[in-house]
Amino acid sequence: MANYKYHILICGGTGCHASQSAKIKENFEQLLKEKNLENDVQVIATGCFGFCEKGPIVKMLPDNTFYTQVKPEDCREIIDEHIIKGRKVERLLYLDPKTQEHKSDSKHMGFYKKQMRIALRNCGFINPENIDEYIARDGYKALASVLEQNDPEATIEDIKKSGLRGRGGAGFPTGVKWGLCRPNKADQKYMICNADEGDPGAFMDRSILEGDPHSIIEAMAIGGFCIGATKGLIYIRAEYPLAIHRLQVAIGQAREYGLLGKNIFGTDFDFDIELRYGAGAFVCGEETALIHSMEGQRGEPTFKPPFPAVEGFMKKPSNVNNVETLANIPVIINKGWEWFSSIGTEKSKGTKVFALAGQINNVGLIEVPMGITLREIIYEIGGGIKGGKQFKAVQTGGPSGGCLTEKFLDTPIDYENLVAAGSMMGSGGMIVMDETSCMVSVAKFYLDFTVEESCGKCSPCRIGNKRMCEILDKITKGQGTMEDLDTLRNLAKVIKDSALCGLGQTSPNPVLSTIDNFWDEYVAHVVDKKCPAGQCKALKKYVIDPDKCKGCTACARKCPVGAIHGTVKNPHEIDQAACIKCGTCIDTCKFNAISIQ
Amino acid sequence: MDKIKVTIDNRTVEVAKGTTILKAAQQLGIEIPTLCHFELEGLNFHNRPGGCRICVVEVPGRRTLAPACVTECMPDMVVYTNSPRVLNARKTVLELILSDHPADCLNCSKCGSCELQDLAIRFGVRENPYVGGNHVQSEYKVEVSPSIIRDMNKCVMCRRCEEMCNKVQTVGALSAIERGFPAVVSTAFGNTLTESPCVFCGQCVAVCPVGALTEVDNNYQVLRDLADPNKKTVVQVAPAVRVALGEEFGMKPGEIVTGKLAAALKAIGFDYVFDTDWSADLTIMEEGTELIGRLKKFLAGDKDVKIPLMTSCCPAWVNFYEKHFPQLREYPSSAKSPQQMFGAVAKNYFAEKINCKREDMVCVSVMPCLAKKYETGREEFKKNGNPDVDYSISTRELARLIKMFNIDFNTLEPIEFDSPLGESTGAAVIFGATGGVMEAAVRTAYEVLTGKTLPKIDFEELRGLEGVREAVVDIDGLKLNLAVVYGLGNARKMLELIEKGECKYHAIEVMACPGGCIDGAGQPYHHGDSSIIKARWEATYRADRELPIRKSHENPSIQAIYKEYYKEPCGHLSHEQLHTIYFDKKIRVDEE
Amino acid sequence: MKIQKQLKDQIVEICNSFNNDPCNLINVLHQVQGKIGYLPVEVQQVIAECLHIPASKVYGVVTFYAFFTMTPKGKYAVSVCLGTACYVRGAEKVLEEFERQLGIKSGETDATGTFSLNTLRCVGACGLAPVAMVGDKVYGRLTPADVKAIVEEYRAMEK
Repeated sequence: MANYKYHILICGGTGCHASQSAKIKENFEQLLKEKNLENDVQVIATGCFGFCEKGPIVKMLPDNTFYTQVKPEDCREIIDEHIIKGRKVERLLYLDPKTQEHKSDSKHMGFYKKQMRIALRNCGFINPENIDEYIARDGYKALASVLEQNDPEATIEDIKKSGLRGRGGAGFPTGVKWGLCRPNKADQKYMICNADEGDPGAFMDRSILEGDPHSIIEAMAIGGFCIGATKGLIYIRAEYPLAIHRLQVAIGQAREYGLLGKNIFGTDFDFDIELRYGAGAFVCGEETALIHSMEGQRGEPTFKPPFPAVEGFMKKPSNVNNVETLANIPVIINKGWEWFSSIGTEKSKGTKVFALAGQINNVGLIEVPMGITLREIIYEIGGGIKGGKQFKAVQTGGPSGGCLTEKFLDTPIDYENLVAAGSMMGSGGMIVMDETSCMVSVAKFYLDFTVEESCGKCSPCRIGNKRMCEILDKITKGQGTMEDLDTLRNLAKVIKDSALCGLGQTSPNPVLSTIDNFWDEYVAHVVDKKCPAGQCKALKKYVIDPDKCKGCTACARKCPVGAIHGTVKNPHEIDQAACIKCGTCIDTCKFNAISIQ
Repeated sequence: MDKIKVTIDNRTVEVAKGTTILKAAQQLGIEIPTLCHFELEGLNFHNRPGGCRICVVEVPGRRTLAPACVTECMPDMVVYTNSPRVLNARKTVLELILSDHPADCLNCSKCGSCELQDLAIRFGVRENPYVGGNHVQSEYKVEVSPSIIRDMNKCVMCRRCEEMCNKVQTVGALSAIERGFPAVVSTAFGNTLTESPCVFCGQCVAVCPVGALTEVDNNYQVLRDLADPNKKTVVQVAPAVRVALGEEFGMKPGEIVTGKLAAALKAIGFDYVFDTDWSADLTIMEEGTELIGRLKKFLAGDKDVKIPLMTSCCPAWVNFYEKHFPQLREYPSSAKSPQQMFGAVAKNYFAEKINCKREDMVCVSVMPCLAKKYETGREEFKKNGNPDVDYSISTRELARLIKMFNIDFNTLEPIEFDSPLGESTGAAVIFGATGGVMEAAVRTAYEVLTGKTLPKIDFEELRGLEGVREAVVDIDGLKLNLAVVYGLGNARKMLELIEKGECKYHAIEVMACPGGCIDGAGQPYHHGDSSIIKARWEATYRADRELPIRKSHENPSIQAIYKEYYKEPCGHLSHEQLHTIYFDKKIRVDEE
Repeated sequence: MKIQKQLKDQIVEICNSFNNDPCNLINVLHQVQGKIGYLPVEVQQVIAECLHIPASKVYGVVTFYAFFTMTPKGKYAVSVCLGTACYVRGAEKVLEEFERQLGIKSGETDATGTFSLNTLRCVGACGLAPVAMVGDKVYGRLTPADVKAIVEEYRAMEK
């Protein structure tokens, strides 16, 4: 970063982008021009910093000052104070909720302290649209050394020894996968990147593609060289326009630099990458479905074998890796497999990126070493439960995962432990829930998703999940019976045992794990006709306590359906027939006069 | 070939590498139930989506149950097809499928031959835990086309029809649409079959395990007309019916029941029981003459003459080139199909002969085919709105009619067809099998062209059950390049060769159904047992051998009608009555 | 079936740009929908002709993927995120309120073609949950009470 005195890094991730980070960048640029500082200060839009809760984030280099929740109108003050006068803008610094102290360097924030960034190493540090910045941070060095060594089998061996496993969900060893594809002879092979992130609550792949697209291109070239593929395909969600744009820019630059195309680094290795777009189908994360989709067909999975390594895209040997998996590859080559395998647990090496969200103070994208506990993530990185409420459960693995309770908080997180606990790693969604979340409704939420996303090919998933969803719906409406719970459990077991693909086989997990861990809550719905969390609409009633109500009229004014009646300074009443149970009144009342029965 | 050992339900068997668990179990006499799986061995059709999950089995060491139909045996694999875990899963999956299937078995036309019903019986399903309350069932509109009824409420998503329509027939009328619970097989945009590229070959009906795809039943219309004293009823029976109908009455496949068939139709009350074989001989006269005419021009160097001549007996094939390759519709013979030739003769020549008004005559055909139903409704085959053939019923419908009339088919005394439209030859019988039309044509063409008697009647080189066959037939020095195909996918290959100008054949026979009419969509269901089709095929050639006259031009009744009425093949009157024209029916989007 | 010549030419051009390769069906559908907003029957039929595949296959693909639509979206396309993070922070209530305010259900377009309402799964702005979008504009940290004002904002622009 040549002659500039200062660099202003602005988070260009989707969350911050939605909070006007583009406008912030524009304001900075305009103000710098006004003050003739454009040659001293460079403004860069980066990928996601991860700390989405406090976005938009602006980071000042070289002094590493980390400004949070910046608004477009704050730009002038930052330039005047920070750049011109050399004083930090205190009010925009992160306030430690425990010590009530301002922290200016992210290293000292609870959110970042326990994190370890490998896959996200460049996100928030480089301009993703500038290949030079990637190269300056050891970019394409791994590809160069792999090509120079010219021993693909040795490279595959290194990846095997590193212990890297697929980050898309199932955790298949990446090196083994490459090794299975390599010996298959064909006139054409394909190296495929699965960027069809569909888990409704995970956005790590998107952040990597937006923040560090070259790392994926480099890793695909390495993979292509190892398995003997000259063509790369990235299957990416069409709903990710920014990631698509950044990939296109990066591919263009890589071609310009000769890092894609013919005779890469002067060797006889040719490799190029094309984009294919997904169109909104979660099941296309399954590799056979993904391949069918890339072939212009319905994204229905097919029985394996044949595995893609033998018969993949266009019936040619293909290897499919997930974005986060690939992002680890160049680092493993550069720093050595020994280094990578020293991180994590016995069978799960390295780090995992999680999208931490839900009822938690610090929502964001985090990367942690395998083996960290849920307690560390939730209470140290996540800053605890929002609003001082009680922790109830954490859901990992998205629609394929399960809900874990308090008793699993100190279990080290790795592939095996999560499966043993009734959940799974999945792509890395991690949703924290407090006492207000009804676990029957949560199970239904995930099942609704699976029902909508089922491809419909096999009967257990097509019909079975629909039936489970109907039974759950019945229970949340207070119409369930104990027999329903037996039926539910049997259905869940059979679907898990007999569905065609990974989506179907894991779809009952949210049901099974909530039945196992929150049995009493199910029984309360069925027997007592009560929702302990107060979330199931059919089972609750909003009531105003006439003794507490001061007649301030605030609730009546906010009620979207005009269901609250009363005169000023007199106790109000809720018309139960009109009430849509949205809960606005309870949030509005300053006197705690409204309760749920 | 490598052999491996597997142990299924504690019994060990040696199988070839690559054998599925399903096939290995069959070797031990263990019938693992299936639903979506379907195979026509030797006829190039297989459907193995692994989707229904009825055939799941337990393989210790595997995390989940394995679908037996697609899982290949591994060395020393241990399999349980009946463990408690398997039986529970299988029953639960079956109950799920039944929960999205109407329970109207009693008035379903598939009742008694439904594979889902068989499973329900086998598993003793007595109640359904997922019916009623807030459980929903799929709801689709029932479509009645001229040939096929589509009731997708009964669809179990086995995808057999889709595979047949796309991979075998390359018609592309059907595809899975939507996803998840609403997923179903449909035409494009939910259009009717008539508006779609469908050619009514009916092979989707032939493979459908349930009542989702069935034939339009014309029996009650036939009954109404039989009961009408003012109507003269004439019935014709296609060649392939006589080698299959017996199956419906417990006979083994391949029984030839020609005489019983005629007796049954008499007993039902048809006034005249005739034979489509008669008009098959007539077809050979017309089509054969057309072939000879075109060949002579071709050999004389005429560049405009359309060679190869393609047969036009199969109405699904006719629909295929009208809807998919209308630009090539000059290649097929202009001769009508035997069904329609018969209708034309019946309502013109024969009606006149018995002094019956056209409107008072009801012409019924019994066909192995569903496309024939569509064919009867073609406008060009009507005179003042009155069709040459009023109704076409399938072999299956005839079997139901016979049962309805309390006729003990097995003990019926065989009788002869009525005269004059009942006499036929061996050449006509073999119309029922793939290659038969070509062989019949060659038998006649040879003798007409050379004036010599055929040294050998049997043209083995034209017979077989492969989808594409070719042969060179030497007609006194003239080498004819002939091809015989069945399956519209194979027909498409021929048309593409013609389009590219790379077709080397002089004549091509095309039949839409696997093996020809013997496996027509109106025949008794074979449920994937291709040995049934082979038995019908063998019976067809046996019937030919057993007949005294085996060449169409030697049929005395045919000779008589030319003498008396048509004068000569391809003459003026036969062009008017026995030939037709084809239309461009391709689906297109017009520019505004 | 009829189609305007100009539209047909556009589709043919798009198909040509993908060499009329049936493998590129999804890419073609993306571009065509990007151009005209939706994929009506006659458009699918033309695509089928260009790529030499049955129209039923095109229809099968269009109806499989959530991204493709056969009905035009409203001028203001409202999308409520129903990703898990938004869900646990009350997105369902926000959706219900949009349905009430707009008088249409999720997946529908109103009679005048002004508003359409849809749900989507995770826009990656979980920090702002619950989130809704109108066109490209993101509204974060929503409560049902905020919905009316958002709808009014666009209604006012129409007047």
